[in-house]
Amino acid sequence: MLKIENLSATVADKPILKGLSLTINAGEIHAIMGPNGAGKSTLGYTLGGRPGYDVTGGSVEFDGQDLLALEPHERAAAGLFLGFQYPVEIPGVSFVQFLREAANAQRKVRGEAPLSGGEFLKLAKEQAALLRMDMDMLKRPVNVGFSGGEKKRAEMVQMGILNPKLAILDETDSGLDIDALRICGEGINSIMRKPDKAVLLITHYQRLLDYVQPDFVHVLAGGRIVKTGGPELALQLEEQGYEAVAA
Amino acid sequence: MTAQLLSTRPLPTRREEDFRYADLTALAGVWPVAVETIAVAAGESGALSVVNVGDTPVVRELVITLAAGAKFALHVLNAGSAYGRIAVRAELGEGAEFTLGAAQLGGGGQVLELITNVSHAAPDAVSRQVVRSVVGGQATANYLGKVHVAPGANGTDGSQSVRAMLLDRTATANARPELEIHADDVKCAHGCAVGELDRNGLFYLQSRGLTPPEAKRLMLQAFIAEAFTGAADEAALQDAALKVLGDLL
Repeated sequence: MLKIENLSATVADKPILKGLSLTINAGEIHAIMGPNGAGKSTLGYTLGGRPGYDVTGGSVEFDGQDLLALEPHERAAAGLFLGFQYPVEIPGVSFVQFLREAANAQRKVRGEAPLSGGEFLKLAKEQAALLRMDMDMLKRPVNVGFSGGEKKRAEMVQMGILNPKLAILDETDSGLDIDALRICGEGINSIMRKPDKAVLLITHYQRLLDYVQPDFVHVLAGGRIVKTGGPELALQLEEQGYEAVAA
Repeated sequence: MTAQLLSTRPLPTRREEDFRYADLTALAGVWPVAVETIAVAAGESGALSVVNVGDTPVVRELVITLAAGAKFALHVLNAGSAYGRIAVRAELGEGAEFTLGAAQLGGGGQVLELITNVSHAAPDAVSRQVVRSVVGGQATANYLGKVHVAPGANGTDGSQSVRAMLLDRTATANARPELEIHADDVKCAHGCAVGELDRNGLFYLQSRGLTPPEAKRLMLQAFIAEAFTGAADEAALQDAALKVLGDLL
């Protein structure tokens, strides 16, 4: 589904990713762990197409397409979802309006009929319930006044509504208390753990992986994947630290 | 409403503060302009929506007099593709309430401007001004707004909220909210900001599937919404503004 080959990227002319390769197949959940500054968030933003994250080498193929040739909104329509570490507040725009427009913009690109107001609300209610989020919160302006945990749950609701093929979740576990962590973890499983979907979890800690069991764990250091293993690698990292394991 | 020609008044020059950023060439073509006067009797209410979305220069001068306890709501969509100038003088009697909500939208090379002079002549009057401008291309949006509180007009409550959004670095916004206070017991606030669309917000919206114009329209729609809040014809004003925004992006 996703094939990253030898990817290099710079932020403000500073090289961050230095020849990163990673292949994710449908049905798989991968976790990328690594110390601060290793390039974890840069990987997420580069795959999402954020301006300012410049690809200087390598290739990324997503579902048979050249991902790097697509604009951010085209990547979304192709089935990529980027869960933000710091979801952005958009005053004056309600979640409901934003998500309905976003869902229908994606559907339009894929040649599907737009969702009616009723169809959209039904879908939004289902997904909000899954993440134990009150529908009233989705009538409020996007992320405005939300706590850290509410923002992350709202990200998962968005993922459920937009129903992507591949979710790249950047530190979804940061800022979550224990209950919210479990709810988000269960949300990821029920939305994304399917034979035709895949997940790339970017995280510092083992704790999210207690709920979302990865098939593969990678250690990112110095802009490259330096070690790959199964779920046991995350436990080893937690015990021994990055330096000992990745050295 | 009555109209009269001020044919004796010579064409203004840039030396006059209120015409400092005006498009004098376009102004010459329509000068002199009729002054429109509106008088609201004591305790009465009135409202007017000015919608300028045409392609010829529009210059209007409104003088609104509010007697004691009178209320008036003025809403302005100044979004024509040629010079658009709306000048408003409001004189507030005791306990009167004046509301102005305005949006100026332009993306060509036009000058759009709103000039207000609100005079709190007597105690306890309230004035609220909300002005939102969105300009791209070579367009210019101006707001020159004066709030004058006369001696003895205690209990005055006046506010000016002025914000402008530049879609391109080549566009210009001039904003000058002014307070002139000659009474002691007053509450006056003004805020003014000129900015650009939040890039983080734009990327966030695009990452969910909205095209760049759709993402911008959604953010700008929210930005100007406040200008029309509470208008009797709020939905119609919003729709007209959205149509112009759609063409701008």
